[in-house]
Amino acid sequence: MALLSKKDSKLVLDPLADNNPITIQVLGICSALAITAELKAAVVMALSVLFVLSMGNVAISLLRNIIPSKIRIIVQLVVVAALVIIVDQVLKAFAYELSKTLSVFVGLIITNCIIMGRFEAFALGNGPKKAFLDGIGNALGYGIILVIVGFFRELLGSGTLFGFKVLGDPVTKTGLYSIGYENNGFMIIPPAALIVLGIIIWVQRSKNRALIEEA
Amino acid sequence: MLEHLELFFKSIFIDNMVFATFLGMCSYLAVSKKVSTAVGLGAAVIFVLAVTVPMNWLLDKYLLKDGALAWMGPEYADYDLSFLSFILFIATIATMVQLVEIVVEKFSPSLYNSLGIFLPLIAVNCAILGGSLFMQTRDIPNIGLAFNYGISSGIGWFLAILAIAAIREKIRYSNVPAPLRGLGITFIITGLMGIGFQSFGGMLTGDNEPPEEAQTTTVKAEKEKEKEIKKEIEDKEKAVSYNEAINK
Repeated sequence: MALLSKKDSKLVLDPLADNNPITIQVLGICSALAITAELKAAVVMALSVLFVLSMGNVAISLLRNIIPSKIRIIVQLVVVAALVIIVDQVLKAFAYELSKTLSVFVGLIITNCIIMGRFEAFALGNGPKKAFLDGIGNALGYGIILVIVGFFRELLGSGTLFGFKVLGDPVTKTGLYSIGYENNGFMIIPPAALIVLGIIIWVQRSKNRALIEEA
Repeated sequence: MLEHLELFFKSIFIDNMVFATFLGMCSYLAVSKKVSTAVGLGAAVIFVLAVTVPMNWLLDKYLLKDGALAWMGPEYADYDLSFLSFILFIATIATMVQLVEIVVEKFSPSLYNSLGIFLPLIAVNCAILGGSLFMQTRDIPNIGLAFNYGISSGIGWFLAILAIAAIREKIRYSNVPAPLRGLGITFIITGLMGIGFQSFGGMLTGDNEPPEEAQTTTVKAEKEKEKEIKKEIEDKEKAVSYNEAINK
């Protein structure tokens, strides 16, 4: 017996590519791109969003019949804020340096549109199990983009991955640097993230032409 | 006065919310198809930031900071409630937005008609919460500067959305490659505009001095550490060779 039924696995797999929250639904770009200069920060950010979104989706879906619809936004904000405080405190306790790099962007998970978007669009109308899977799927779709952007920016910008010098040492001129390769400082600055993302969208849409927008 | 001017230009151009920190990107992308709606949303953002940043500054100063509760008496002086800041800031923002909406609807129906539909959107705009959180991490010293920070970062956001909306209106007549149409080209244009805005970075040289000093000191500290490590290694080698000499 499969672990998940076909419908359930679709909930998880769909947001990874064809219904990706960042490149298709255009949600949650806000806090995502400023922290992708290093792969490590991108991975931690993706994991934080995974935790907040899956747990929040479950909580909202359990509460969905109790919440009066007029004040649902406030209730949703409180649930997210509580979860984000947990993430923030855990990061400060176990990865202090990293929490300094992420600075306010952990807090900004609260206003990450993916989270409110999924609460509104899915958790308010479905049971906890489905909501959990939907949360996992969307957070993974978000995480994949973060990791791809982080991968290219760190590799081309600093020649490292997770801080390991994979392309050789630029100071002592080993590896690729011995044949005249240089790091591209352009990839470190914030706007480069947008351009990398634009290129990802370009590649994705030229492969799947159904996604092309009518201008 | 000078610090006000400096903060004003710094928040509009150098630390521009959209181009330097990517705040408020969702609504920036969603509402920038037409200049007129972009102006409405931009004005609403300026307005709400100008109200919420000073409010949250007061909360931070008298409730959340380490030792902020000292005004309630000496036994409260040790409390540090700063872990609660996310939840309080977002609650303030949500309530203020509701309040502003009600007040504007009551007293200026024409303004409400132009801003009204954007106000609920703004409660979950990252630019608003980001403004308050940056105000907290940058330790803005007094409420006047906090107000200034709110307004000027709002203006920065307004300029950004106005510019992209104008470009998107024009780009409709250009021959963009089909897969890039819409979202893709908007990202790339924003990136290019961001690179343009980076050139403002050298404008206020006075502000760049402290971090440079800090960097040189850390570099110095690192060099000293390296020296120490080298010394240790040399000492060890000496000791080893000394031991060997003795053994011989």
